[in-house]
Amino acid sequence: MPDTAVSPVITSRSESTGTSQANAGTGYERPAVEFRNIDIAYGKFVAVRDFSLAIPRGSFVTLLGPSGCGKTTILRSIAGLVDISRGQISIGGRRVDDIPIYKRNIGLVFQSYALFPHKSVFDNVAFGLKYRNVPKPEITRRVGKALEMVRLPGSEKKLPSQLSGGQQQRIALARAIVFEPEVLLLDEPLSALDANMREEMRVEIKKIQKETGITAIFVTHDQEEALSMSDQIVVMNAGMMEQIGTPEEVYETPRTSFVADFLGKANLLAGSVTASDGQNATVALKAGQRVSVVSPRPLSTGTDITIVLRPQKVQVGAGIENRLSGRVISASYLGGNVIYEIDIGEQTVIRANSQLVGKMIPEGEAIEIGFDPAGCVLLDETGSRVS
Amino acid sequence: MTAATHGDREGKWAWRLTGFMTICVYIFMFAPIVATVVLSFNSSMFGGFPMTGFSLQWYAKLLQNEQVLQAFRTSLWIALVTAGVTTIIGVITAYALTRFEFNGKQILGTLVILPALVPETILGVGLLVMIKAVDQPRTLWILILGHILLAVPYVVLVAQARLVGIRRVYEEAALSLGASRAATFREVILPLLLPAVVAGALLAFTISFDNTSASLFWRPAGVETMPTQILSMLKISISPEINALGTVMILVTVGIPLLGGLLLQGLTRLRRRGNSTEVEQ
Repeated sequence: MPDTAVSPVITSRSESTGTSQANAGTGYERPAVEFRNIDIAYGKFVAVRDFSLAIPRGSFVTLLGPSGCGKTTILRSIAGLVDISRGQISIGGRRVDDIPIYKRNIGLVFQSYALFPHKSVFDNVAFGLKYRNVPKPEITRRVGKALEMVRLPGSEKKLPSQLSGGQQQRIALARAIVFEPEVLLLDEPLSALDANMREEMRVEIKKIQKETGITAIFVTHDQEEALSMSDQIVVMNAGMMEQIGTPEEVYETPRTSFVADFLGKANLLAGSVTASDGQNATVALKAGQRVSVVSPRPLSTGTDITIVLRPQKVQVGAGIENRLSGRVISASYLGGNVIYEIDIGEQTVIRANSQLVGKMIPEGEAIEIGFDPAGCVLLDETGSRVS
Repeated sequence: MTAATHGDREGKWAWRLTGFMTICVYIFMFAPIVATVVLSFNSSMFGGFPMTGFSLQWYAKLLQNEQVLQAFRTSLWIALVTAGVTTIIGVITAYALTRFEFNGKQILGTLVILPALVPETILGVGLLVMIKAVDQPRTLWILILGHILLAVPYVVLVAQARLVGIRRVYEEAALSLGASRAATFREVILPLLLPAVVAGALLAFTISFDNTSASLFWRPAGVETMPTQILSMLKISISPEINALGTVMILVTVGIPLLGGLLLQGLTRLRRRGNSTEVEQ
């Protein structure tokens, strides 16, 4: 299900046969990486099904999804570490199906750093340059520059074991970008780091990507990383693309219930339409209440519908629209914010993340909540967005 | 309180008993070796206790014994060739078995280990029957081939154990950086595998150097290795010269792996010392 960002790229046959590496750096409209209807199967298990995507040059694209959704498999297929069973992959307009990994000119950063333990930092970073026949003085210069870029200048002589996890990952990043690869592939590079370091590295990676203008493909299961770093997020589930869009688009207007749930744990309220005009619809919730929501198109009465409501869009207190009353079943104080879990009847629980004004409402107490009719997204019976 | 002291006392006795048993086992294991070494310095004509005096005459005699020297040279040469060839074959086999998926991998893995499980006598006869069948003469090369056959399983096992511990991401990283498969093996796998390569080579050397039963079947007429030489000398008499020769054998088969082990340890310690000078940034 290709979305807006996938525009068919017209590539003539002669250009796509692999002779075009020289002008790949100057090609403007040609995507840095392009998948066309690829399938990837391990034996009988199909890990990725009919995946198409064009990644524009210089962009930061994140493949986001739960473990086993095929995101890492797709990343590895660009590197040539897994074979595709159908379709084709192009890097810089050059088909790479038959090109072995060591000729693909890609930078790869692993979750576990994978620095060569027996080589010094210099030899690690210089490794890619050595196999590109770069002259020695030039290697020294470029390694120095790359180390400066990752803010570890002068660490050439150290061994990886002398560095902390965060430092090792920076060296790994320097090693992957020093030879100016066509595309930088990052396979959950932050997952092995502790929380503080993760945040720092997130900013760092993004900064370096901006500075160098390199095309980056980032794989993660962490929605925060995805939202904060990406130009485009590809949400994956069970080997298929669920949605592609900017972080804002994906978060604010999820296309499917999976996306809504995976990104930010949205409330999914089931109900059926009781009245609808061109702009608004009245929905009777399963819990019994009637709410009005903004609908992009008229809906026929009786249609089953799901309202996607972000915890942050749930308002607590009086004087609000779509008033629902319920009982607090849990309240967690986060300093400034409170997360309430509210039972509104019929086993419907709504999560609300609200700014704390006055006192926190304790567990077991009655609570009034509501939401803006325009602050939610509607999903039809099949679980895809009403638009 | 009393129960605790009682337990303590019981524990103490248990430890004493364990210590005593341990000493007994060690005596049982090493007494023959110690006896051989000690008696090789005995000045008496007869290879037995009591000692009559200290002397190096048996070693001097060994050095004049052209047959023994020849056997020593033969064994050394065979062991070196065996160690070299076996290490290459073993490491490549182990690499294939741990890193690639192919048909019959399981079977191959088992077959490679098999020579270590089959009794040597059977292997000895088997190889002889085979070269008879293809009408080949018994040459020194057959003997070396046999020793390689015996040593390969051990090298494969040692290298495999180490390879399993070398994470695949190192190879993937090297490949992604532009190194071909061969270059990746040379630059990344081999250095990380070095301890296993050295251990495998030493093991193969030792296995070849002190192999007796299979060598008896395979050696060409007139060729003696150290163990077969000792055996043929024993047929004549239990001369103290044999003790001296045994001591030399012990020195070679124990000393060389020990030396290799120490060398490796020294190397890693040097590297680690380099690490301890680290300054956290």
